[in-house]
Amino acid sequence: MEIKFAHHQSAHCENGVVSSLMRYKGYDVSEPMVFGIGSGLLFCYIPLLMINHAPAITYRVMPGQIFSKFAKRVGIKIKREKFSNPVEAQNRLDENLKRNNPVGLQVGVFNLVYFPDDYRFHFNAHNLVVYGKKEGSYLISDPVMEEVTTLTEKELQKVRFAKGAFAPKGHIYYPTDFPEKLNLEAAIIKGINQTCKTMLAPIPIVGIKGIRFTANLVRKWPKKKGVKVANHYLGQIVRMQEEIGTGGGGFRYIYAAFLQESGKLLSNNKLLELSKEMTNIGDLWRDFALDASRIYRNRTAKPDSFNDIANQMDLIADREEIFFKNLRKAIA
Amino acid sequence: MKKNNIPQDNGSINDLYYAVDEEGNYITATSTGWDPKKIALDNAVQEINERTAEARVRVLNGDTSPIEYYMELNRMDIGILSSYVGFWKWRVKRHFKPKHFTKMSLKNLKKYADVFEVSVEKLKNIENGN
Repeated sequence: MEIKFAHHQSAHCENGVVSSLMRYKGYDVSEPMVFGIGSGLLFCYIPLLMINHAPAITYRVMPGQIFSKFAKRVGIKIKREKFSNPVEAQNRLDENLKRNNPVGLQVGVFNLVYFPDDYRFHFNAHNLVVYGKKEGSYLISDPVMEEVTTLTEKELQKVRFAKGAFAPKGHIYYPTDFPEKLNLEAAIIKGINQTCKTMLAPIPIVGIKGIRFTANLVRKWPKKKGVKVANHYLGQIVRMQEEIGTGGGGFRYIYAAFLQESGKLLSNNKLLELSKEMTNIGDLWRDFALDASRIYRNRTAKPDSFNDIANQMDLIADREEIFFKNLRKAIA
Repeated sequence: MKKNNIPQDNGSINDLYYAVDEEGNYITATSTGWDPKKIALDNAVQEINERTAEARVRVLNGDTSPIEYYMELNRMDIGILSSYVGFWKWRVKRHFKPKHFTKMSLKNLKKYADVFEVSVEKLKNIENGN
């Protein structure tokens, strides 16, 4: 069976899944809207967790959070299920497809056969939509791909039951209950407020403080870990910032797009101005990535260059601090 | 970022970017890749290949068991491998020791072989494998 489902390519997988599922149900919600209302933007240094032998840094909130918050704020209900038994997980998926209900799935990337090899790491927070089953293969709409694709039963089971950090455990989700009209205006304010709060939080590893914290680590890496490891760590920061799904600049451009759309919707000129500033901050993150790549390109670098790159991060932190303080005022 | 600044370098996947057009409105457009990202990805892959090659040499020298080699080959670390195979980390580490590896039961070897998708024969002797 095949459900008539329109595939939209999006920058980020989770927003993309939510946005497409909402569009399928007749609500035209853009990807940046989902991201902004779900308070997706973040900077966080995750202590103790090593991903691919380098420290974990994230530019967005935990997997699943965006959809949960978005749903709560616009008044839709989501059904979520995780399974310990893969057979049960597959049965539940098939039941939903029989009922003509496209669903979102959380999957691991490592065994996702249609991904290019250089993207296939043990990363378990990817999302995709299943919209049908034909001749034993599932029809897949993966938001970060340009076209729809398919996976065999075995291939899909494998990625649904990937192991390691954030193991998906067959996680399946879909919206069940909708209000008559989505109350976007109030939801936008809530979403912005929370993002300001976390970005300005007095926690050393989160938000603006998290950027400064990471900058300090970057300064120490060459001495403490040696240049080779320091390069590897720096490369990891750039990968987290620019890997598939950030829309460029560690989600800063998507957020700017959200502010622009919100500014028009709420007729708030301050938001339009702040959208421009967020675009500039996104450009700074891009410059940072470009300069960082000049360091790790040769895989041999002077410790000085790590200082310079850390200073660049500090500058971004200063800009973001002013930005989020102004943003909080703009919607007060 | 301006629309016409969206990088179009050689990458392995087409990314969607958010950028502003001439009037300052946000639009989306695809990028064929960006070198700074490509280099970071390539370095990460190269790093893993180096780790795998090192592990291979250590297996052939009898310093570690083939399990460590296959772990690196599959881009895993001990934490990930332990959750796939269903053993505590300390047991996995013990299975790295050639002394323990040679004494492992067929049942446990089979578990590792299934995770790495190789036969037990290939698991025991990496020269027959990859």
